[in-house]
Amino acid sequence: MARRTLPLPKRLQPAPKRPGEDDGATRLTPAEAGITVVDWIDERMSMSGGIRWMLFRKVPRGINWAYTLGSATMFAFLAQAVTGVFLAMYYRPDASGGAYDSIRYITDDAFLGQFVRGMHKWGASVMIILIFLHMARVFLFGAYKYPRELTWVIGVTLLILTLIMGFTGYLLPFDQRSYWASVVGININGTGPFIGPYLSDFLRGGPEFGATTLSRFYAIHMLLVPGAIIALIGAHLYLVTKLGISAPPWVRAESQTDSMAVIERARTEV
Amino acid sequence: MPKRRKDVQSKYTLDRNIPGAFEGETVTRRRFMDISVNTAGVITAAAFALPALGFAIGPVFSRMPWQWQAVGPPSDFNELTYVTKVITIVPQIGEAGLTITYMRKRDPAIDTEPADQYNQFIALSNRCMHLGCPVRYVAAAERFICPCHGGVYDFRGQVAGGPPVRPLDRFYTRLNTTTGLVEVGPRYSVNNELRRFSPRDPGEPLDGIGQYLYPARFSTATKP
Repeated sequence: MARRTLPLPKRLQPAPKRPGEDDGATRLTPAEAGITVVDWIDERMSMSGGIRWMLFRKVPRGINWAYTLGSATMFAFLAQAVTGVFLAMYYRPDASGGAYDSIRYITDDAFLGQFVRGMHKWGASVMIILIFLHMARVFLFGAYKYPRELTWVIGVTLLILTLIMGFTGYLLPFDQRSYWASVVGININGTGPFIGPYLSDFLRGGPEFGATTLSRFYAIHMLLVPGAIIALIGAHLYLVTKLGISAPPWVRAESQTDSMAVIERARTEV
Repeated sequence: MPKRRKDVQSKYTLDRNIPGAFEGETVTRRRFMDISVNTAGVITAAAFALPALGFAIGPVFSRMPWQWQAVGPPSDFNELTYVTKVITIVPQIGEAGLTITYMRKRDPAIDTEPADQYNQFIALSNRCMHLGCPVRYVAAAERFICPCHGGVYDFRGQVAGGPPVRPLDRFYTRLNTTTGLVEVGPRYSVNNELRRFSPRDPGEPLDGIGQYLYPARFSTATKP
């Protein structure tokens, strides 16, 4: 079977040959060397094929705005990553007052600090809302079914990691609300039988809630979980591109022959 | 004509017509290389992963030291009401490591648990046994009230209502005869009969099978 050519936008498609023009198929001339920076890079990395594979792929007819929720979640994550990196430039994970003071400094004194912290704080809620909406879309459209089960499993792992981000990030301002919310959260975790108490000790870094708890949560929040999220988003996107997007449930499958003719024939046979 | 390699069932490479085989050789050099390189890789990965993992889970196994903190002379306390004393539960982090304990003198008329040298003064933890919020003592009602989910404890710290699963935790106390001051020691948990257990986290009942579902931890101080 011949390899299907990838659909290209009109602008990137080669112009059709004029009548009588030499089609160049018989000549062995070297391709025109790239002269732009993009061409220079692509000549060495050969990324354009992959990018075309990723971006200019066929999608089923009938898709709508609900299909953008996954991308929206990813952009919410990117916003969190960017604002988080810059918040880390001012934040100090110091339980003896430094953490709260640095948050106060960011909010009250640092130029645009309140804005960047606000984006991070509210963006966290936005990301949680979007990821649940995305999950609901996939579930209600039946898009988790074969062959996309692994995409679903990775997605649920991403959901759990996102919730871990929410839980660990909540402690970092180290004010009364975040302190007691984390105390309650860790104690809820401790009510799991047999391993719950040890898991709580692991989260706190000891039997009491203290300095190690804050630095632990900070390390999990800014290093451990984001790395895992980035890796899993890569796998998730690869699978989405590789397997294609599922058709909406209200679109009928098209046969190889003209679908209208099939429907017409079925109607006359009945 | 030599037989095909796969048709020969022998543990010796020489019998299997493998090129470059030696007399008595059972593992091909390619396979030996595979095994040794993979083993070296696993050892290298374990050399940094295992210490890092142990570093991260170390606090689960390292015991807190047993220590006594002086809170005041015996005249500070009476049998009728609680006084608030501030103690340090996590050192070196300032105010975030402080907590309060509600203290009174033991009253044999109501404190039916057996007396010993560690409970001549009753020191209750303010940590709610539902999920760990701080309770406060309301003197008019002689009750401890939790602001989070409505847990209520009576004068002895036993559950009077709401979601808490066991009475308030206590601290060991003693009268230091050389300084003449009352000292507060480590925390201990109690079940509904006020029997002592090593400290458990809130939300973990200690009656019935609770003490087996929520075993003692390695990280809490033990009695010297």
